[in-house]
Amino acid sequence: MTPLDFVISLSLISVAAGALGSLVGLGGGVLIVPVLVRFYDIDIRLAIGASIVSVIATSSGAAAAYVRDEMINLRAGMFLEIATVTGAVTGGYLTTLLPARFLYILFGVVLAYSALATYRHRHAAALLSHSDDRLANYFNLHGHYRDDAEHRDYDYKVKNTWIGLAMMYVAGMVSALLGIGSGALKVPAMDLAMHLPMKVSTATSNFMIGVTAAASAGMYFARGQIDPLIAAPVAIGVLAGSMLGARYLGRATNKLIRMIFVVVLLVIALEMLQRGLR
Amino acid sequence: MSNEPVDPAIAAADAAMQDKVRQVEIAISLVLRIGVIVSVLVILAGLVMMFLHDPRYAALDGGISFHALVGGHAEFPHSLTQLSRALAAGEGRGVVVLGVLLLILTPVLRVAVSVLSFVYEKDPPMVLVTLFVLLVLIASFFLA
Repeated sequence: MTPLDFVISLSLISVAAGALGSLVGLGGGVLIVPVLVRFYDIDIRLAIGASIVSVIATSSGAAAAYVRDEMINLRAGMFLEIATVTGAVTGGYLTTLLPARFLYILFGVVLAYSALATYRHRHAAALLSHSDDRLANYFNLHGHYRDDAEHRDYDYKVKNTWIGLAMMYVAGMVSALLGIGSGALKVPAMDLAMHLPMKVSTATSNFMIGVTAAASAGMYFARGQIDPLIAAPVAIGVLAGSMLGARYLGRATNKLIRMIFVVVLLVIALEMLQRGLR
Repeated sequence: MSNEPVDPAIAAADAAMQDKVRQVEIAISLVLRIGVIVSVLVILAGLVMMFLHDPRYAALDGGISFHALVGGHAEFPHSLTQLSRALAAGEGRGVVVLGVLLLILTPVLRVAVSVLSFVYEKDPPMVLVTLFVLLVLIASFFLA
């Protein structure tokens, strides 16, 4: 395969990864890494560096559209970023202490569990109209969104902010350790624990993963894991894909997004378990 | 809530607040959009330079395998000093790395704009929240 074939084929695959990632609130890194390692036979370290670039590209590309369309709960997203960035910095130090195999297995099990939990809640769509959560009330993290699938506006309240913060801290650590955006943990934290609507959860996760990934991107850059010939097609393809995906989210139903999310989670869980058990 | 009589003054204040929030959202969306467009253009330019610099890159067949370029021994800048040297030498890969760094800085810039936005909205708790995130982000770059 010549460099030109490589750049063109990888950017086309990245369009698909960006589109799917922007819909379900993941960075697309979990899709890019296996493709780079299996199909292109690229060193895992460089694949992870490309993954971080992919996460930031998905996030910035999709979030620009989601903020404009008022899909994101900006206040909740920014508040929860406190936990994700601190988690990411702690995770950067832990990389040397924890064996990667252990992390892959742990992450695989957690993902399989959250796929199951999301599947069991697939019909739950009732939004909260009242919240006793003092943290959420003090910072006014409650929100409002317009559902283009149902042509209705919704107001919703947020609860369990402490649980959300704890999950986001773990998500930030995992993100730095495995070089992914860890939207797979962020979406359940908002959808299942904090009762944000599913589409708002994936859009807000998208908004947040860029900042989480940026907190460990400096580390990956300094270690020489960001190879320009891999990063360039990934960044361009993923950006194009995430802008395409972002056009579609508003019109999709919450239930459909949940089902796509469950399938993607299961695939990633299997991927992670396989990597850990090999 | 809606069946209670609404004081017009409060309603007007609410509408003004909504307007401010909307302006903040538009500012954030604009920052993300500009960051994305600029970094894509720089990355594309760098990619084109890489291919023009070495005809073997662009050959459709009989050229070299991409593995020679992305393997373990491939050289590319991974510190700011190396980057500025590569840029000074007019290397395409240096330009690509610059574009990728701009992409990485886009979320950081977005957080910085959020801090200013909440100052403008007069929302001290959220100013502290976003300022904390910004400081941790900046610290992470120095720790790396």
